[in-house]
Amino acid sequence: MDFPHRHLLGIAGLNHLEITALLDKAEEAVKVSQQTEKKKAVLKGRTQINLFFEASTRTQSSFELAGKRLGADVMNMAVKNSAVSKGETLLDTALTLNAMHPDILVVRHAAAGAPQLLARKVGCAVINAGDGAHEHPTQALLDALTIRRHKGSIQNLVVAICGDILHSRVARSNIILLNAMGAEVRLIAPSTLLPADVEALGVKVFRDMRKGLDGTDVVMMLRLQLERMSGAFVPSVREYFHFYGLDEDKLQNASEDAIVMHPGPMNRGVEIDSSVADSGRSVIREQVEMGVAVRMAVIETLAENACKFNDKGE
Amino acid sequence: MPEKQQTPFALTNCHLIDPTTNLDEMGAILIEDGKIKAVGREVAANLPSDILRIDGGGKIAAPGLVDMHVTTGEPGAEHRETLKSVSRAAAAGGVTSIATMPDTDPVIDDIALVDFIKRRARDTAKVHVHPYAAMTRGLSGKEMTEIGLMLEAGAVALTNGRKAITNAQIMRRVMMYARDFDALVVHHPEDPDLVGNGVMNLGETSTRLGLPGIPAEAETIMVARDIRLAQLTGCRYHASQISCAESLDIIRRAKEKGFDVTCGVSINHLTLNENDIGLYRTFYKMSPPLRSEDERLAMIEGVADGTIDVIVSAHDPQDVDTKRHPFAECADGAVGLETFLAAGLRMVHSEQLTISQLINAMSSTPASLLGLDAGSLKVGSAADIILFDADYPWLVDREDLSSRSKNTAFHQARFSGKVLQTYVAGQQVHHYSQ
Repeated sequence: MDFPHRHLLGIAGLNHLEITALLDKAEEAVKVSQQTEKKKAVLKGRTQINLFFEASTRTQSSFELAGKRLGADVMNMAVKNSAVSKGETLLDTALTLNAMHPDILVVRHAAAGAPQLLARKVGCAVINAGDGAHEHPTQALLDALTIRRHKGSIQNLVVAICGDILHSRVARSNIILLNAMGAEVRLIAPSTLLPADVEALGVKVFRDMRKGLDGTDVVMMLRLQLERMSGAFVPSVREYFHFYGLDEDKLQNASEDAIVMHPGPMNRGVEIDSSVADSGRSVIREQVEMGVAVRMAVIETLAENACKFNDKGE
Repeated sequence: MPEKQQTPFALTNCHLIDPTTNLDEMGAILIEDGKIKAVGREVAANLPSDILRIDGGGKIAAPGLVDMHVTTGEPGAEHRETLKSVSRAAAAGGVTSIATMPDTDPVIDDIALVDFIKRRARDTAKVHVHPYAAMTRGLSGKEMTEIGLMLEAGAVALTNGRKAITNAQIMRRVMMYARDFDALVVHHPEDPDLVGNGVMNLGETSTRLGLPGIPAEAETIMVARDIRLAQLTGCRYHASQISCAESLDIIRRAKEKGFDVTCGVSINHLTLNENDIGLYRTFYKMSPPLRSEDERLAMIEGVADGTIDVIVSAHDPQDVDTKRHPFAECADGAVGLETFLAAGLRMVHSEQLTISQLINAMSSTPASLLGLDAGSLKVGSAADIILFDADYPWLVDREDLSSRSKNTAFHQARFSGKVLQTYVAGQQVHHYSQ
């Protein structure tokens, strides 16, 4: 399967065949990661730079491990401590990086659209590792891979995404991907945590968690940032957990074999009860494993593609 | 300002358009000492034989445009725009009078600064420059400036620039005090609390882009408040730029009740919508934000039915330092003087507005609101005249702009209509050679 994109800036713009191709490739990478010898040499001599403008432990280490398992040289740039705080703009940073001739640039930034801006200015493949409340494509892909391994196929599944949709790039990427793959997507959240006109993205909205969970095959929980209490989004942790926290009782409404997911890091007792998070229905740890595999698949695909594009990405 | 041309001359063979006299006929204009001496069908036949004649080639001659909303970089950000460069851009766009916003560094909130702008304009600008005075010190919305003194020093009207005055009591006092001077209060009606961290129109597009949205109510609530304060104080109030159909309803009702309120819309909100942002194109980040297509069409209707009085360019020069960032971190604004008329003519070509309606909203009405001798071809008026070809096809290239900043929202746009000649007080300040 030909993957006709130079960058991975979002799930928007990918069709179900391209998504399936990435998932299939990730499936092979899972095997590599489960062997004793975990290293491939396909990207020997290539350079991958992880450019994280926003602190991240999980995603950054997942990308780092993925690059290293493919044999690439991986460099992490913690931009918070470097030139940006001295007033250097994003584009100055891009030009500096360009001079280092990376093959893959992994970017996380607090502003939506920052990877798009970088992709126009650098001469290598850019992977969006999360931009503001816009997209986090590799998270959606790893979620899809996890679902597929448990349910066989994504088509016709009922998936509920619960919690702070408004500020969530994970939710947006997942909504787009799940729709592209033919699932029914439900959102469960208080109105203050839902984006405007979100129904236009092809979802059903529920304010009542029990109704929303009725008959679902997959329950995706989102992290609630504790600072949301101050912006008048929700009144308190206690009230939020009462209505939107996933506990055994509410989970009863989902299908018997429903799986529970969370992109991490979890706020136990805020959006999810520990008894659910650690139960047999939780696939949260597996998501982390799939994360490395999916990122290996994406990095390898884009690195192989690089020769097809010139420096302008055309 | 250019010196007045001594020798009289005539613009002949022109299609004359003047909304103030309902003039719409072929004819000529006789210009003497910077004033219009005669105008109309009969003029050409009665000209002295030795007079200098400039053949208009049958193109449209209209009053020079009057732009009520122009931001420059002088003083403080001359690398973005000076009064000289902005006046060159204005002349090229057929704009013969500009009212300059006080959002400079320092803010124009003192008579010395009003005087500074007027002196710099006299020495460097080739169109009329009328500075606004800030209504509150530093545009902070807290302490009233020396409104009366600045008006005496030549400030054209009062405004708080890009910032709305949120404290209704302060706004009330400023409006009351301004009324005593019969000054026009031009306000940016956008509630900063409701805007919050919003950077574009709230709706499906903002949701897809993951950008925080700005609801229409950030504008409508402020428009409604301001109109009630105008009613309370008897002040002449002008909403500087509106973007929502709901605001239009509020203003329409106020006008029906006979309140002295007027409003403007930017050319951007008449010709662009939120979809133009595409994938985070920062030149389309504006305040108020570009709205939906329905709102855009409502704005055009508002101009057509007279609810919207004025069209402005909202010229706002920004450079790479302020525009080449991720969308949410960028400054608002786009330059617009040079594409002002051409963009406006799109609505004429699509038969949403007549050419007279367009000139009225871009010239005659703003001139009368600001009390300027402009916006008319009447005998005795200042000879601020433009000659333009309403059908001339051209492609905008931002590198061709005279403005120091190239942040146009119309890069690579195809337009029909170009300003051929611009006269300020009878002096030619722009000539387009094809």
